[in-house]
Amino acid sequence: MTTSLETARHPERLRRVCIEPLTRVEGHGKVTLLLDEDNHIRQARLHVVEFRGFEKFIQGRPYWELPVLVQRLCGICPVSHHLAAAKACDQLVGVDQLTPTAEKVRRLMHLGQTLQSHALHFFHLASPDLLFGFDGPVAHRNIVGLIQDHPQIAMQGVLMRKFGQEVIRITAGKRIHGTGALPGGVNKHVTLAERDSLQKDIAQVLEWAEGAVQLIKRIILTNPGFHYRFGAVDANTLSLIAPDGSHELYHGGLRVRDPDGNTLLDHQDYQDYEQLIHEEVKDWSYMKFPFLTRLGPELGWYRVGPLARVNNCDCFHTPLAEQERQDFAAAGEGRPLQPVLATHWARLIELLHCAEAIRDLLPDPDLQGTELRLTGEMREKGIGVIEAPRGTLFHHYEINGDGLVTRANLIVSTTNNNQAINTAIRQVAREFLDGRELTEPLLNQIEVAIRAYDPCLSCATHAMGRMPLDLELCDAQGKRIDRLCRHPDGAVERPSIAVAKH
Amino acid sequence: MSNHFTLDGRQLPFVAGQTIMAAAQAAGVYIPHLCHNPDYAPHGSCRVCLVAVGRRQVSACTTPVTEGMAVDSRCESIQANRRAVLQMLFAEGNHLCPACERSGNCQLQAVAYYTGMLAPHYPPFFPRRPVDASHPDFIIDFGRCILCELCVRASRDHDGKRVFAISGRGLASHLVIDSPSGLLGDSDFAATDRAAHVCPTGAILPKHKGFEHPIGERLYDREPISKVGDLRAHEDEVDGNE
Repeated sequence: MTTSLETARHPERLRRVCIEPLTRVEGHGKVTLLLDEDNHIRQARLHVVEFRGFEKFIQGRPYWELPVLVQRLCGICPVSHHLAAAKACDQLVGVDQLTPTAEKVRRLMHLGQTLQSHALHFFHLASPDLLFGFDGPVAHRNIVGLIQDHPQIAMQGVLMRKFGQEVIRITAGKRIHGTGALPGGVNKHVTLAERDSLQKDIAQVLEWAEGAVQLIKRIILTNPGFHYRFGAVDANTLSLIAPDGSHELYHGGLRVRDPDGNTLLDHQDYQDYEQLIHEEVKDWSYMKFPFLTRLGPELGWYRVGPLARVNNCDCFHTPLAEQERQDFAAAGEGRPLQPVLATHWARLIELLHCAEAIRDLLPDPDLQGTELRLTGEMREKGIGVIEAPRGTLFHHYEINGDGLVTRANLIVSTTNNNQAINTAIRQVAREFLDGRELTEPLLNQIEVAIRAYDPCLSCATHAMGRMPLDLELCDAQGKRIDRLCRHPDGAVERPSIAVAKH
Repeated sequence: MSNHFTLDGRQLPFVAGQTIMAAAQAAGVYIPHLCHNPDYAPHGSCRVCLVAVGRRQVSACTTPVTEGMAVDSRCESIQANRRAVLQMLFAEGNHLCPACERSGNCQLQAVAYYTGMLAPHYPPFFPRRPVDASHPDFIIDFGRCILCELCVRASRDHDGKRVFAISGRGLASHLVIDSPSGLLGDSDFAATDRAAHVCPTGAILPKHKGFEHPIGERLYDREPISKVGDLRAHEDEVDGNE
């Protein structure tokens, strides 16, 4: 089922439609559709066309640079990489338990990050589709149109994001690419003046977050028949979970549930992720395809992110978010919600949770503590996992005795969602595009399905060595004169080229 | 009887034999520099302390002051030449401030800001120079070495060890370490050496300490180097020494 529409049997006979660049997502990607003469979709693929290579060029660098260096993967959610790397570095410096101050400052930073990222995604990127319709005028279906038609909503989105960025600045030193988390702790606490500056705004942010959840509920429940069908694909779900089964963003065990909500793995130590998850390489994308080892690539792919987290958790400890989660769960009628647009609903419940959790954490006197950093016996391997806004994020580093990185493996949220996104766009292509004359609004439906995952394509392409490559040499007229292919197994071949004779 | 010269229109005293740099520093006037450190003999290699004396541009750290000399350190042509020198230094090495633990405490970065250099200009060389982390307490990131020879001079003139030297010529010039393996860990280098604390960039750094100073509390976060002065005056604060 998952490979349906992945590869057409005779692509040379098909017409190619390309959506490039994908808009209102982070990073560079494209979708290709192959259609037959009756406009039936025969192949649909999300391609990530950029290559970053962080896993390679951090080799040989000192481990203590990692939290600051790898966060440059991204400008939207650098805190997630910053903290995942710091958690891995905690392992490297032999610290299994941070001081209360360090842990709470990091948690506050992460809540601010998730709040700002979710606000950015919903209000700036996704809401134009939902408020103006998938087929709204393309020149108006954007943040500028939102400001024109719904200035209050746009302003709330901008100011909520600003608040989250301010939380990051206070905990990490800068709004983007700060330096707060160190191996074994943090480099600053939160002063009383800084705390007070956040406390004066939190009530307003909380009110706006509540309004945002009601907005998405109204949108989805206005046309549930369509919204529950659009991009709905049954997927396993993976996320971190707290020891009591509650929603968790910073630290916990891994939980995996099947599409019916049956728990396949629970409270699994993420230090064992290499046994739990393997990655498949396909020759048409720079992004790998992770899957649960015990289920294999065909059945073992999974979804991460807000929809997975809210489906997976037993409860929120913040009351407003918990009330909303119960409404969300009830909508599934005993089964996890699978529609791709329910991701927005889950995302805004998390936005509300973050606002509540920040409100609850700010009065904690541990934030003003001075025990910032611990050290222990150095170790050669460190694995840090965190729930980034877009989903579960794995950072794995190995160092030599001198403290220099020898190996790195990053499984980024969007990589975890690779198969889920591809499956969602194939569902949309099959149900809503197949057999129809393609128009911009129809093609936008593909982008809407991708956008719901809030993919960060810049974050997601880092492995080197086994990456398939297709190298073409063209002459000045664009005619292909040579071609070299490296396959996922490392084999290199030079396919024959039909060269026109002059 | 005191002698006088003018620096940017201000009349300043000097003592016979003083360089322009020494006289300016004695009067509390900042002239940007990287390879200069008053603890060691002038070197004149970085060319950042260029000043105009009449029609000539000379290095302030090696040029003696003379009676009545008129020195211009702040005119735009001088600042432009300093920026060009700094741009070349940044292009030759791997000076990636956003990911460098010395950022905010770095003299090279602070001098670049002082001269108005806000971003790289020339295509970077991206030299492949592996980090030497073989010493238990310090690392050397050769990609950040600007060949100022301060570590060479400190090791030789203060520590009496000659751990460092410059080898090669021209573009091939590079820092070498006197040890059987060529690694710092096999040398006589010690964390207490002066050579460990004179680097004006992030080339010689203590291990495990990166990014301990929060953004906003780093040396040059607060005021420009013309007011804060060299790293030398804030060594304990930056290196975290007791």
